[in-house]
Amino acid sequence: MNSHELFRAAILPHLRPGDWLTLLLGGACVVLLALNLWNGGLADKAIIRSGGKIFREVPLSHDQQIEVLGPLGISVIAIQGRKARIASDPSPRQYCVRQGWLQQAGEIALCLPNQVSVELAGSRKKYDSLNY
Amino acid sequence: MTASIIKLDTTAEDHHIARMAAVALGLTVLENAIPSPLPGVKPGLANIVTLIVLARYGWRTAAWVSLLRVVAGSLLFGNFLAPGFFLSLSGAICSLLVLAFAQHLPSRWFGPVSHSIYAAFAHITGQMLVVYVWLIPHAGIAWLIPVFASAALVFGAVNGLIAARFMDNAETANDLADEKST
Repeated sequence: MNSHELFRAAILPHLRPGDWLTLLLGGACVVLLALNLWNGGLADKAIIRSGGKIFREVPLSHDQQIEVLGPLGISVIAIQGRKARIASDPSPRQYCVRQGWLQQAGEIALCLPNQVSVELAGSRKKYDSLNY
Repeated sequence: MTASIIKLDTTAEDHHIARMAAVALGLTVLENAIPSPLPGVKPGLANIVTLIVLARYGWRTAAWVSLLRVVAGSLLFGNFLAPGFFLSLSGAICSLLVLAFAQHLPSRWFGPVSHSIYAAFAHITGQMLVVYVWLIPHAGIAWLIPVFASAALVFGAVNGLIAARFMDNAETANDLADEKST
């Protein structure tokens, strides 16, 4: 007996028409939940912090480069095509640069040695993954 | 000191409920041996018994079996009145409430698979409420809801299918036995 026959013999006779409807509803429910709860929401602006204080809030709508002066030197933040990243940074390990492009609200790149961070925010504040 | 004997008057129905609850308890023990990738994602095999009891003996018996299983299971695993116990209890109560409605769906169209899926969704809803209100009052748990919901859909469907197969097979066996005796 191959798997297809097994499926027909073991499963199909025990499903009634409404059960298919329930399965469909359940599947739709799961998809809707995932879309709503897993989508961080589109980011509208980038919040740039330096030394723990907000340095600037810039909209993601137009492309630009921003230079932020920290204790080690200048960090360059690039905004391009509704995405943001730290293009260059004097920090020794370059973690924030290697993090790459940030796109969704709630994403954040931190350059601790230079005390610079970029956080994306949407129209409504999502939960903070750092505090969680 | 004289030995005192406490004798409870039990009916045949009590024995029957106890037997069913014992089967459910056995499945709970079995299930605890299965490793889970995420705490809280469990197949809920004991609910197969609840579904069969619901279909055969009605909601009241199913409620007894389900709640007895939760209490006895917690005594067995030593988490009576601990958080895990209240999670099981809230899940079981929500499932039973939903089953009270779901059992009135026309049986020509909706079988144990539907009952099981609705009950599974009710189960995680009850559990997430307790988690949110009492254990982790943080919106961050919302990120886990889709995981629990898909587990509820899959395990609900599988448990429902097992229950449906069990009952359908038992029916065919009965029919065959009837044919032989006549």
